[in-house]
Amino acid sequence: MSILINRNSRVITQGITGKTGQFHTRMCREYAQGAACFVAGVNPRKPGESFEGIPIYATVKEAKQQTGANVSVIYVPPPFAAAAIDEAVEAELDLVICITEGIPVRDMLRTRYKMQGRKTRLIGPNCPGIITPDEIKIGIMPGYIHKKGRIGVVSRSGTLTYEAVAQLMALGLGQSTCIGIGGDPVNGLKHLDVLQLFNDDEETDAVLMVGEIGGTDEEDCARWVKDHMQKPVVGFIAGVTAPPGKRMGHAGAIISGGKGTAQEKLAVMESCGIKVTRNPAEMGKLLQSVL
Amino acid sequence: MKIHEYQAKEILQKYGVVTPRGIAGFSVEEVVNAARQLGGNVWVVKAQIYAGGRGKGGGVKVARSLEEVRQRAAEILNMRLITHQTGPEGQVVHRLFIEQGVSIEKEFYVGMVVDRGRQRVCLMASSEGGMEIEKVAADTPEKIHKVFIDPIAGLSVQQAEEISTEIGIPEQSRSQAVKLLQSLYRAFDESDASLLEINPLALTAEKQVIALDAKMNFDDNALFRHPEIVALRDLDEEDPVEIEASKHELSYIPLDGNIGCLVNGAGLAMATMDIIKLYGGNPANFLDVGGGATAEKVTEAFKLMLRNPKLQAILVNIFGGIMKCDVIAQGVVMAARDVQLTVPLVVRLEGTNVELGKKILADSGLTIISADNMADAAQKAVNAAKANA
Repeated sequence: MSILINRNSRVITQGITGKTGQFHTRMCREYAQGAACFVAGVNPRKPGESFEGIPIYATVKEAKQQTGANVSVIYVPPPFAAAAIDEAVEAELDLVICITEGIPVRDMLRTRYKMQGRKTRLIGPNCPGIITPDEIKIGIMPGYIHKKGRIGVVSRSGTLTYEAVAQLMALGLGQSTCIGIGGDPVNGLKHLDVLQLFNDDEETDAVLMVGEIGGTDEEDCARWVKDHMQKPVVGFIAGVTAPPGKRMGHAGAIISGGKGTAQEKLAVMESCGIKVTRNPAEMGKLLQSVL
Repeated sequence: MKIHEYQAKEILQKYGVVTPRGIAGFSVEEVVNAARQLGGNVWVVKAQIYAGGRGKGGGVKVARSLEEVRQRAAEILNMRLITHQTGPEGQVVHRLFIEQGVSIEKEFYVGMVVDRGRQRVCLMASSEGGMEIEKVAADTPEKIHKVFIDPIAGLSVQQAEEISTEIGIPEQSRSQAVKLLQSLYRAFDESDASLLEINPLALTAEKQVIALDAKMNFDDNALFRHPEIVALRDLDEEDPVEIEASKHELSYIPLDGNIGCLVNGAGLAMATMDIIKLYGGNPANFLDVGGGATAEKVTEAFKLMLRNPKLQAILVNIFGGIMKCDVIAQGVVMAARDVQLTVPLVVRLEGTNVELGKKILADSGLTIISADNMADAAQKAVNAAKANA
């Protein structure tokens, strides 16, 4: 099973002709079943061409019609990335993963508004992507650090997710699916949405949730977990030492108006029955302790 | 990005927002001339710094004669203004703004921010003008009224009327308030603002609704389409180390500890600071070298950290994905040779090409304390900093 993507997913790459798109499409194809999964690219100026055997179409709609693709991944530069998401939503794909970092919030507000009532789910933007180990990876994470297993991982950051996965692997714990939901304030799937999916997934036994300062997504998720989650969840929140009012790299990672502190998030999570650690080196051990 | 009050008011005026008449000045003489030009017999001299709380800190003063304008301007210009937002070190005042005095009947608060949960711009308003809004929100949350704005339709007349009524704008001035709120939203939206605050919004004795103060912040990701806003940047207001870092596309924030951290990825960088603190140390900075760091970028990052006189140790924590460990290792070796490393260096490498990276460090002949994992790295950095103190 796994969540959102598996070996049967068929993927369109939007921005396949750019340097980043080319590099990562190549890496994703080389991973597990990737060669069969990555079936199309989109570039309005280069229809009819191909990238290493992957046909390029003018629009997402056409790529979907011609290949039966149901997912897209976006590497389009920031000024055009929100429009690329809109196009994938218009084409009624199941899932869009937007890797692009630096999209204006105003663009994302409009894009999210237009997504209301549509079937398409969005991961990101400004995220590493999603991987179902030993089947398919869609994004920029190093595939080889993962292994198939029964732990779900969800996180707002990239390398901290790799760190969490490495800790699980050191304990012999593989993953069902790992998702980076991204570090932007206005984005697609939140921790809560991903936890719901993991809860319903027969191949996931427990979830490691990694959050960071800013917003109230982790708190909202924790309250849902308390009432509905039937599997153990453990968590870590980065940024206990972050000063208020300073943006810590991610556009969304900022403590403003006294809200979004790591301490507050950890307290709410604990009160909702989520085991948390304040030590980022012990995320794996903590998860092992609840199995 | 932030701008000054007078700059924010210039933007808002273009959208039809009424403000007191005012002129910015960089010297006492300019301010006195500006007062003469504005006319009238009451003026307000205001320090222009980005931080809020200027009034309480002594940065906003009323003057009732040109001589008094001169005195007040001289007092405020070049003063080190300390407010609850500047930190104890304060901020030196380099720019002044002088406005015509206004007779105020009542003050209100109006603010706009992006609400992450609702994924909408939120217009907040309160009858409690001039106060710290965080305090109002904490003590009397019922006095804050909110509406969420449809990004396509904008702020509707109905929403603007509703919120004006709720905060107690009298009926005869309500249509003015509606127009002002709609103008504020258009300014917010079209300039890609991330925050807009009018605190206070005033009702004058003549029943006019007027923005007495204005604060605007902008979305850094959208500055590429607003060169006119980028041009307003005031480097005096920014930390020189952060300016230098931004030139090299490094995300760097100085903190008050003594262990420098060089990390790839914002989440891992925060987690690295956290674990240092947990193990009894104190991080000297947040530093994310990003996903595409080159050897040159790593060298610049080292130079930034070494500017800090309090630095006692450096911890490099890299989880290579797209970024390869051997590239980082080369950067570390280059930097250590280039900058005369004077403090102990702890390096933890993991991920893509980790063996190659470790070999480069081992073969370099540099004294590097290598660590096997994050806990080991943090412990070694804390110990090294203590031994070096």
